[in-house]
Amino acid sequence: MGLLDKEFTDGNIVIAKAEDLMNWARLSSLWQVSFGLACCAIEMMATSASHYDFDRFGVIPRPSPRHADIIIISGTVTLKMATRIKRLYEQMPEPKYIISMGSCSNSGGPYWEHGYHVLKGIDRVIPVDVYVPGCPPRPEALLEGLIKLQEKIRKTSLVKKST
Amino acid sequence: MKNTEEILQALKENFPDFSFELKSDLPVEGFIICNPLVIDKISHFLHDNPELNFDSLINLSGVDEIKANQLSVYYHLESTELKHKLVLKVVTDRNSPEVASVTDIWKGANWHEREAYDMFGIKFLNHPDLRRILMPYDWEAGHPLRKDYENPEFYQGMKVPF
Repeated sequence: MGLLDKEFTDGNIVIAKAEDLMNWARLSSLWQVSFGLACCAIEMMATSASHYDFDRFGVIPRPSPRHADIIIISGTVTLKMATRIKRLYEQMPEPKYIISMGSCSNSGGPYWEHGYHVLKGIDRVIPVDVYVPGCPPRPEALLEGLIKLQEKIRKTSLVKKST
Repeated sequence: MKNTEEILQALKENFPDFSFELKSDLPVEGFIICNPLVIDKISHFLHDNPELNFDSLINLSGVDEIKANQLSVYYHLESTELKHKLVLKVVTDRNSPEVASVTDIWKGANWHEREAYDMFGIKFLNHPDLRRILMPYDWEAGHPLRKDYENPEFYQGMKVPF
């Protein structure tokens, strides 16, 4: 971290780059859309529950996409649902992030060949920041995915495009 | 409690004009094949007759028998009172599949028939609300569980194949 070090040595003064401060604020309270799709959603709920405690990373489920910063696509995306997810995503305010959780939303998963009704990867509809592999991923894997997203947000810059 | 042969006898006595065929040479339970356009009348009889009393439709499913160029519907019935079961089958032409609806008799048939319509394109006559149930309402590529179904390249701008 290293961002707030100086607060503790210099009393009430915080010295930080505006960029770092904004990124820190953003990555520390990633409110998610309360939205689950399939069996991955069960793991996502387990991650939110007390044992894994998603809340300690500032992830709070919100009932409206208009309150939210991230959406976790947790499960099989059917073509019928894909149009709805696109609408949810469009309702979220910027900056917004997407975690694609599990094989189904990464690539269609077990439905990749014969699933006439399944979208073969949510990235065909909305841009994905972090892909979490697994079928379904364990809560630890989802936490890892969130930490990866936090790293990504920490590196973003207001002036130059992040690599 | 009656077995399939006894039920077939009761059906033949009550509907002398309709054709019934018992199929029992398969490794599954025997079933009765009947006419798709009168399945509602037959179902009414099976439901209302106190000695048969089929009060429960366990399942209703479509099957594509493409080699015989036919679509069929299977009805699995049970009498929770008398503890007997029956399987009915109706066969329709693959090019114009029409089956009488049994939603008047068993309310649960409503969604089963919608599913059979969605997946196989079987038209259920006198169904109160014959819309697709699982696929999107604007799905134009046909009925996906038909053996000769081809998935479309795109749906609403989304690429469908892997």
